[in-house]
Amino acid sequence: MRITRVFSALSVTLLTLGLAAGPAAADSSPSASPSGDDSAPTQAGTSFRTAAEVEQGQTATASGSTGDYFYWSFPADAEQRPTVKATVKLQETHGAQTWQIDVYDGLRRRQACQYGAQTRAAGPGASSVELTCVLRTVRAWSETWANDPLPGTYYIRLTAVGVTTADLGLPVSAEVRADSKDMGGAAAVDGSLAEPLVPGIAVTSQKDDDGDKDSSDSAVLSAIEPEDGWSSGWWSDRWVWTAVGGVLAALAGIGGYALTRGSGRPSRVPPGA
Amino acid sequence: MIRTQRLAAGVCALLAALAAGIAFPAPASADETTANAPKVDLVLDVSGSMRARDIDGQSRMAAAKQAFNEVLDATPEEVRLGIRTLGANYPGDDRKTGCKDTAQLYPVGPLDRTDAKTAVATLSPTGWTPIGPALLKAAGDLDGGEGSKRIVLITDGEDTCAPLDPCEVAREIAAKGIGLTIDTLGLVPSTKLSRQLSCIAEATGGTYTSVEHTAELTDRVNQLVDRAADPVVTPVATQGADACAKAPTLKSGLYTDREEFGQQRWYRVDVLPGQELRASVSVAADRAVNPDYGTLLRAVTAHGREIVRGEAAGNGRTDVISTGLRYPKAERDDDGDKPAAETVCLQVTNSFSAASSVKSTPGMPLELTIDVVDGPSNASDVASFGLGRGWWLLGALVLAGFVAGLLWGWLSRWRIAVWRTN
Repeated sequence: MRITRVFSALSVTLLTLGLAAGPAAADSSPSASPSGDDSAPTQAGTSFRTAAEVEQGQTATASGSTGDYFYWSFPADAEQRPTVKATVKLQETHGAQTWQIDVYDGLRRRQACQYGAQTRAAGPGASSVELTCVLRTVRAWSETWANDPLPGTYYIRLTAVGVTTADLGLPVSAEVRADSKDMGGAAAVDGSLAEPLVPGIAVTSQKDDDGDKDSSDSAVLSAIEPEDGWSSGWWSDRWVWTAVGGVLAALAGIGGYALTRGSGRPSRVPPGA
Repeated sequence: MIRTQRLAAGVCALLAALAAGIAFPAPASADETTANAPKVDLVLDVSGSMRARDIDGQSRMAAAKQAFNEVLDATPEEVRLGIRTLGANYPGDDRKTGCKDTAQLYPVGPLDRTDAKTAVATLSPTGWTPIGPALLKAAGDLDGGEGSKRIVLITDGEDTCAPLDPCEVAREIAAKGIGLTIDTLGLVPSTKLSRQLSCIAEATGGTYTSVEHTAELTDRVNQLVDRAADPVVTPVATQGADACAKAPTLKSGLYTDREEFGQQRWYRVDVLPGQELRASVSVAADRAVNPDYGTLLRAVTAHGREIVRGEAAGNGRTDVISTGLRYPKAERDDDGDKPAAETVCLQVTNSFSAASSVKSTPGMPLELTIDVVDGPSNASDVASFGLGRGWWLLGALVLAGFVAGLLWGWLSRWRIAVWRTN
């Protein structure tokens, strides 16, 4: 009877734990707010230096010419898995073209796409091309020699990689959007960077320290930051799992101990002892 | 950790800014804003062919004038705008004279919209199309100042003044001046014009647009002028050496240099123990290159041992190939008599190649970003703080707890039994 009580207690705790772990699973829906904000850029940059800064969840638009290199940048924090989506709207008449998005990290290293159509061909007369790139999960820390994605600025480059001379210069418009999936504690690694991988951050923070008044006016390479700041990196749901595990172990220990005691007085104790 | 640091830095900055504000009430000087003002030179083709009436039923010249009027109205206050013409004055047949025909219609400076519009109104299609000489002169117009510089070339025909290739002229200009971009707009959809104008644009990191309607022309020129007004970090020119010993020592910042095919460039950065070096490099393909290329960035010690490298390769059409690396230098435990800062040599090489007809000088533009920041706090475990996660962890803990409870229970029963029997 005791055993069943212990087990029912255990199962209740597990259930509670499941509920506690629930929000982590619910987070897996795109964390971004719906588009339509006014602050989204309507122009793209033409190089890493001039890349237009986009928040996650914003839809940035740009118009330009076929053959232009469109650059945007967005922030990605630890435990996020960013997805970049781009739509290129082409003119009615054009030849066959191939479009491509490339994503680069704050060190301008090209980041691999896990899946998604990164390169796509548009036949003659196609009205639009849709491209997707799902990046690897951003980690808080990685070894120097790895090129794992780290928190910081990410650059998107959109361009026609295959285009005939006759099509060069024709007007196109593009839409790009970066969202991310929250991977939760499963991606929580130890260690952290002192500063996120934002280009020019050494210069920016130096100016901040010097109290340079011009720092707000003067251009910086990348002034990007997530809406709620960079995560401090110490919190993850691993704390909950480990704490709950400790409590359960204690309960199981009590259960195991109780099991050996039996009920009431030990049978071998002589009466009147 | 990052957040608290930022907060602290922000508070410090705020206090310092307040203090500075009290000490120097008027720090902004007019000279500084003039020196940093973005400059744009609009170069307009006024050759005889601009008479053709094929843009929205009006002549190309009329379309350009209309677009210019609207652009002049919309030009941001801080932009220093100038207008240069080509082929506006010499109607004759002498090629030599015709190819020198470029004039400054409105000087680069603070914009008087009425004056500029009046000047544009006087233009009528006349002569040759000396694009190369006009670009050279336009670059001269934009000389001086620290702000971004942009030439917007509007033309309806390719250069008629060979052998001076405007594409090479553009490359020479880009090699001379820092941050000068040439954007081109073609008024005729012709393959030959497209090829030449996109070549000029790519040589300087600019864009090429083929225009068929007046509205498109206005929008595009407006967009380009606005783009010039956007504040951008101006890179510092440096010159890498062919060996580490002779290389320039760089601090955190953005640098630019030139690198020829197969050339090596060396730079040096001093990194203190407990600091992290972040370097990224991009080599721009500003000319027709073969479709397979790459770049390599190596961090090497002064003695030639490689620490870490970043490499990138690609194929197909590209504007730039880039890579980067991180090198956190470990904290030192002992205070030996070694020099405090380590000199890290950065070697940049590229594997671009081109057909033999393509000129290899000046070298391709190279952009180098150096950031020396505090070092990371290294991981002592794979998981965050070595914490666990998942059902296996719970199962293992429960099992261990249960077994421990059982053992403890048996042990205490056995002890009681032993005590009782004694």
